[in-house]
Amino acid sequence: MSDVLKISDLYLRFRGYTGVTEVLHGISLNIRAGERVALVGESGSGKSVTARIVLGILQELRTAKVQGGLEFEGRDLNKLSASQWHDLRGTAMSIIFQDPTSSLNPVFTIETQFAEVLRRRDAKMSDAAANARAAELLNSVSIHDHERVLNSYPFQLSGGMNQRVVIAMALANEPSLLIADEPGTALDVTVQAQTLKLMHDLVEQSGTAVFFISHNLGVVREFADRVYVIYRGRIVEHGPTAAIFDNPSHAYTRALMAAVPRITGGGIPDIDDVDTAFLDPMVIHDGGAT
Amino acid sequence: MTPILSLKNISKTFGSGDQAVHAVRDVSFDVFPGECLAVVGESGSGKTTLANMILGVFGQSGGEIWFDGELLPARRALEHRKAIQLVQQNPLSSLNPKRSVGASVRLGLDVYGIGAKSDRWSLVEQALQEVGLPPDYRRRAPAALSGGQRQRVAIARALACQSRLVVLDEPTSALDVLVQARVLRLLNDLRGDKGLSYVFITHDLSVVRNVADRVAVFKSGQLVECAPTREIFETPKQAYTRQLIGAVPVVAPEELRLRNRLASEETP
Repeated sequence: MSDVLKISDLYLRFRGYTGVTEVLHGISLNIRAGERVALVGESGSGKSVTARIVLGILQELRTAKVQGGLEFEGRDLNKLSASQWHDLRGTAMSIIFQDPTSSLNPVFTIETQFAEVLRRRDAKMSDAAANARAAELLNSVSIHDHERVLNSYPFQLSGGMNQRVVIAMALANEPSLLIADEPGTALDVTVQAQTLKLMHDLVEQSGTAVFFISHNLGVVREFADRVYVIYRGRIVEHGPTAAIFDNPSHAYTRALMAAVPRITGGGIPDIDDVDTAFLDPMVIHDGGAT
Repeated sequence: MTPILSLKNISKTFGSGDQAVHAVRDVSFDVFPGECLAVVGESGSGKTTLANMILGVFGQSGGEIWFDGELLPARRALEHRKAIQLVQQNPLSSLNPKRSVGASVRLGLDVYGIGAKSDRWSLVEQALQEVGLPPDYRRRAPAALSGGQRQRVAIARALACQSRLVVLDEPTSALDVLVQARVLRLLNDLRGDKGLSYVFITHDLSVVRNVADRVAVFKSGQLVECAPTREIFETPKQAYTRQLIGAVPVVAPEELRLRNRLASEETP
């Protein structure tokens, strides 16, 4: 199957007052059509910057220097102009952020924001058509009282409801790639479980590929087909989800796995501070190679 | 054994008339010396309101709070404020960014008059050492520390006041999993070494399973179930508790088996 997204040997450097800081040290990953791929790691490991590079947001920052191959549906993203990249966002690729309430604009109703998203693909869409399509999309995320929701402001809805609205918006233009950056982390565990299941079913139906960014191994295990583990800007292990979870082979993945408290008990493990073995070469499981 | 903390029919209502919000309704439980009682529930279930009442940030609308056999008045005496301390979720916002770490820890010593003035810096250094930080960190600003280190400072600040009961309000939710493991171990060790009691407020059930002795499950301001940790996780009595455990994302096969078993069984 063809790759929707292919990142090869990606470097990211930030220029600051004290010199240049290298944040990504040559990461490579690929996502095939309809595949759910997770990038998992701790804060500061380079997960979110990778997502922002794919969306072309970070490149607009003058202090950031991005270098490496970026291919989306066979097109070389590095050759796109700013306006071409702008056209891609919200149509062929979309993103869901961590906190749904703050990613919606508080001064516009959901209806207005929905219409804006839909008009990114069809600029001439009438209000009535946009409303009908929004209602249909809200239905797909199990929001049945769409009239009330469409006329509400984000702060009038619960976090879980906003998350569903954001999912519906992200999938509105049938993107081929959905980037989910820590979706639902700001939500309660029961609401998070419901929305993830919903998202899982929707992307499966529509065949949308998902680039799933998370620090929560449990969520990754339930959502992703394939996993890349990132540590300090380097991919340290990748492979099919089952292989990574049944047989974590890199020292860092093993430490990460061991540190997750289990609902079956067993106490809190004794974790070493930064271990030099965390910088060991990458481990690739069968089925993980590109 | 006399409980160190005893809540008797506590309730809290904000506002009045049609606008009244019953944040906590008729809640009673005890915390025994050396015990870690976890308070779990979703956002808005009244966990933090409960913590604020235990700490005396605001008074309860009804019921009584007893500490070590004494009825606590709405306006707390200094000795009670000293004995019950708080560690909050986000260490960056709970530490004053303009104060050095040491000054933040020392503030409690000055307010409660702990130790001779000339000894207080060494007490601060001792508290930092107890949480695994080098004593010279007292001169650093909170911004110069990592998230885990800052949370250690927050813990040192609670300990330096010679507290006996610590209310931990989501103490590890803002931390990465590796850092979380280290902070949880530290909290466990300190409880044993210093004979502290904890009220551990969290929404993370997998953390609760590994640190708490007993668990109190809250829903919409009410206590729905309170039992030893093992019982809560293996034979929960309430459908809501099952639902909470069922929603926890898990990594290990044995966890999945437990979750599936709970989902397939009927609530007794």
